[in-house]
Amino acid sequence: MEPLTRLRSRTVVINSTNVDTDQIIPARFLTTTTKEGLGRQLFADWRYLADGAPNPGFVLNTPEAQGCRVLVAGRNFGCGSSREHAPWALLDYGLRAVISTEIADIFRSNSLKNGLLPITVDEPTALWLLQHPGVEVDIDLAATTLTLPTGAAVRFPLEAFARHCLLHGVDELGYLRSRLADIERFEAARGDAARNA
Amino acid sequence: MSPRTLFDKVWTAHEVVKETADTPAVLYIDLHLIHEVTSPQSFSLLRSLGLPVRRPDRTLATMDHSTPTKSEQVFGTEPIKMDAAARQVAQLEKNAAEFGIELFDMHDARRGIVHVISPELGCTLPGMTIVCGDSHTSTHGAFGALAFGIGSTEVGHVFATQCLLQRKPKTFAINVEGSLKPGVTAKDLILAIIGKVGVSGGTGYVFEYRGATIRALSMDERMTICNMSIEAGARAGMIAPDEVTFAYLKDTPRAPKGAAWDAAVARWRELASDPGAVYDAAIDIDAAALEPMITYGTNPGMVVPITGDIPAAPAAGQPAAAVFDQALAYMGFRGGEAMLGKPVNVVFIGSCTNGRLEDLEAAAGILKGRKVAPGVKLLIVPGSQQVKRAAEALGLAQIFKDAGADWRESGCSMCLGMNGDTVAAGAYSISTSNRNFEGRQGVGARTLLVSPLTAAASAVQGRITDPRTLL
Repeated sequence: MEPLTRLRSRTVVINSTNVDTDQIIPARFLTTTTKEGLGRQLFADWRYLADGAPNPGFVLNTPEAQGCRVLVAGRNFGCGSSREHAPWALLDYGLRAVISTEIADIFRSNSLKNGLLPITVDEPTALWLLQHPGVEVDIDLAATTLTLPTGAAVRFPLEAFARHCLLHGVDELGYLRSRLADIERFEAARGDAARNA
Repeated sequence: MSPRTLFDKVWTAHEVVKETADTPAVLYIDLHLIHEVTSPQSFSLLRSLGLPVRRPDRTLATMDHSTPTKSEQVFGTEPIKMDAAARQVAQLEKNAAEFGIELFDMHDARRGIVHVISPELGCTLPGMTIVCGDSHTSTHGAFGALAFGIGSTEVGHVFATQCLLQRKPKTFAINVEGSLKPGVTAKDLILAIIGKVGVSGGTGYVFEYRGATIRALSMDERMTICNMSIEAGARAGMIAPDEVTFAYLKDTPRAPKGAAWDAAVARWRELASDPGAVYDAAIDIDAAALEPMITYGTNPGMVVPITGDIPAAPAAGQPAAAVFDQALAYMGFRGGEAMLGKPVNVVFIGSCTNGRLEDLEAAAGILKGRKVAPGVKLLIVPGSQQVKRAAEALGLAQIFKDAGADWRESGCSMCLGMNGDTVAAGAYSISTSNRNFEGRQGVGARTLLVSPLTAAASAVQGRITDPRTLL
């Protein structure tokens, strides 16, 4: 996982609520056995017409959206299926952060494990961002602050451990494995020793 | 000790390391269910680190999401038509063999949708922690287990350590009182709950379904309820185990036997929330006031009684006007229209929500001696091979075939359309599954979520029908 400390980028806005993971990456693309290349299928049913040509009416196909690394969306982004293909597709496309008033639990957890930063903000901040697509925002992970071009700096909540992992690009698995002695003790106390440990 | 909730008891019993301000809890996982779609990348992680699956004996694999439902493809007289699905199935066979995991493969009589087979085998037990790379893992909460969906990275974590790093969620009591009227099912109840709580009202919470109505439900019905907790944003939904739970599990193949069974039941009786236990949130539902429910939009919270009209404008808790209008445009509906009588092209009965024997019995009760309306395709896909055999032994399959339905082998099938069982663009699908998202059942497909009774009644009439008119 690439460390993430500071991110300055213009925003791309999808002004829709309850954007579910079936929209982010439709199920028919989950037949892959790897993580790579899913960016091509990101938002496939909104992004491409029936003949496969780009849909000019979809925001990701506009010239202004190119190179944006921050996605702003309506409430409850990432709801639905647990598919980690959703953050994989967003990252593979080039996005590094998602901003909404509310981000679904499993999507949030999956995002953090891959270096995609889920940022929840208050209603007025979200509304301003939704109404001002393409503005440059400055995200400081160490300070957990999102700074708008107006100069307003908004703190966002981020669980301490997840922040540590993102800042240092470390995987949670390393920490979990460092607790293996605790796990073995837990199993032994239940009379259930591991067969394959 | 202060009174504790069911959730708190199960959580605490699995804390290997308690959470602190700086670190999440290390939570022990009793049962890890895997399937072909969300596990390949997790096995790749293990290989890249040179690690074994730490507890293959606590891991169970099946194939369900991308697998075919046509008998000739399942049982090998024809190849699996979709190359990518065939590759995933082959990959899981290889991974399970290499890492020593028990696999219910394509030919296994115990195969089926992961959330259907684990309970019917007695692998799902009260008080367990259960995870799977699938958001409908919440289903197993019907047994008083703490069960939730995880991503593929976390699947890798459980492979390597049998644990997950988790922050303790909050609790939400869903109190349900009153008797469901005839023709109103568990599916209608959970759709009504989602309509009331909203599709993100449960974010950050574990639901506990409580009250006399819940106690009166069968295990198949309780699984339907817990299954759709995630559609309200809650990763898990739980129901305290009771005599109904114990009777269901008693003779399942892998439940404890003899003295071990008696000891287990004694432990499980202690799991119910203590009187006076405090929840972080609560809601009361009057089950007696409910009608059969149907969705009209593109998320499960956009739901009305079947005799009702599509709202003219978004209600509180619903999407903003532009998004609401977009959803109705996708569905080809207008605000203020009645749901009854709307056209039907495809009817799907199945899925981890409503693919169990009682669901098929309910559908058969309506379909018996009747025919599917001309021009309507009715696809019935049992939740497991065991459900399929039971339905055939009881004569349900014959009723379905006589009615003109397509009766298939088990799997997720048209719920998410990964295996080629899809709905055409623009077509209306009356479905007993769990998600009516845009394109869920096929590009441009229009999904309306209902109970098996409403699905069967609508298949017979060829339009959206109140099942109570055919009971």
